[in-house]
Amino acid sequence: MAAAFEKRHPSTRIELILAGSQVLRTQIEHGAPAAVFASADLAHADALRRAGLLYPYEVFARNRLVAVVPASAAVAGLRDLARPGTKIVVAAASVPAGRYTSELLASLPAAHPDGAELAKTLRANVVSEETNVRAVLSKVVLGEADAGFVYATDVAAAREVRAVPLPEAGGIRVEYAIGVVARRPRQAEAQAFCAFVRGEEGQAVLRRFGFEP
Amino acid sequence: LPAGLWLASSVLVAFILLPLGALFFVLPPRELLEHLASPAALRALGVTLKTTFVATALAVLLGTPLAYVLARGTFRGRELLDSLVDLPVTIPPVVVGVALLLAFGRRGLLGRTLDLWGYPVPFTAAAVVMAQLFIASPFFVKAARAGFEGVDGRLEAAARTLGASRWRVFWTITVPLARPALVSGILLAWARALSEFGATMMFAGNFPGRTQTLTLAVMTALESDLDAAVAVAALSLVLALLALLAAKTLAGRPGAARA
Repeated sequence: MAAAFEKRHPSTRIELILAGSQVLRTQIEHGAPAAVFASADLAHADALRRAGLLYPYEVFARNRLVAVVPASAAVAGLRDLARPGTKIVVAAASVPAGRYTSELLASLPAAHPDGAELAKTLRANVVSEETNVRAVLSKVVLGEADAGFVYATDVAAAREVRAVPLPEAGGIRVEYAIGVVARRPRQAEAQAFCAFVRGEEGQAVLRRFGFEP
Repeated sequence: LPAGLWLASSVLVAFILLPLGALFFVLPPRELLEHLASPAALRALGVTLKTTFVATALAVLLGTPLAYVLARGTFRGRELLDSLVDLPVTIPPVVVGVALLLAFGRRGLLGRTLDLWGYPVPFTAAAVVMAQLFIASPFFVKAARAGFEGVDGRLEAAARTLGASRWRVFWTITVPLARPALVSGILLAWARALSEFGATMMFAGNFPGRTQTLTLAVMTALESDLDAAVAVAALSLVLALLALLAAKTLAGRPGAARA
């Protein structure tokens, strides 16, 4: 994305600081000289907004929560993950992917007649709460866990694993926000980058990596 | 000593003390205590004390014979063996975690068999202990070796000529004389196990009450609640500080080593 932008704007250099949304937010709160903030959820963008550190943001991509399993595993849906002895790895509730996973499990009782039981057995199968979604994926890729809850885009980039779509997660909105950090130099360039990401070319890049508009 | 020397050395001390001190002053003491009394923090403390205790005990149990061999043995490859023992200190802990998975993981060299026998290692408290043992044992072995080397071999030989068995000589002569070094090694290994994070995260995962140690709790809290993270970090700092102070005091006790 940055490379594509720089090709269009040869006079601008993009420097990417890549980390979890919470870490980036903390850095901005403590004065990191960032021009643009892109967040994996709206909550962190909202928090910076309330603190007056971010100008109005916009959603630039969407994603879906899926179950990731080894490519050869006979898993068609959530019920197969509730079998006893299945090792499930999730993201901790303190990171966005973990929050979405909690939302998914909490929504089961209302969605299925036996949803409460299903949610209970799934929770009992959880063996680890990772501090980032990548670690969830790697535990499944390494074969240590039988399944994990991650984003569809994570699975698209990984080998030897496949995504199991979760109709139950249909109501969970995974949205990514981008906005210009308030009172920092290079506002015009920052604006241009946000517009680029949300524009045709930026969206094409995101689509290539499995994001939805 | 000249004042300039004091001044120069105070720079590094201040550089280390300021951030560590900040951990205690950023929160009002009441809030700090509230976070520490939270079930999550207490559970992490419980897991930490249990696993580090077992890991340190294993380091002593398995490390003492090794340290003795390194100190008293005369064989080819002794220094090579010594370097191997030190290796874990120089490898990034995350790499150690991956290596442990490749050996003891479900698809690992040994782990495959363990899994078949019904003893899967990853995601268990045993995995936490193994990660800590791997990272922390060199600290004990190094200190113990130095301690054994400091014991005058003639004392041991004299005891042997008086008819004492090797075993008896070891317990009545060698261990008491090397005690300060042994104790300091134990505490250093414990302090290192306490702060272990990378290998544990990779190999044992992060599950509250089972594999989530204090450092893992800090990392987890850091994603959402900076205050809670700071409180737990302050707690681990106090534990580590106590261990180091105890190590210094006990190791520095005069008399024993020179007896």
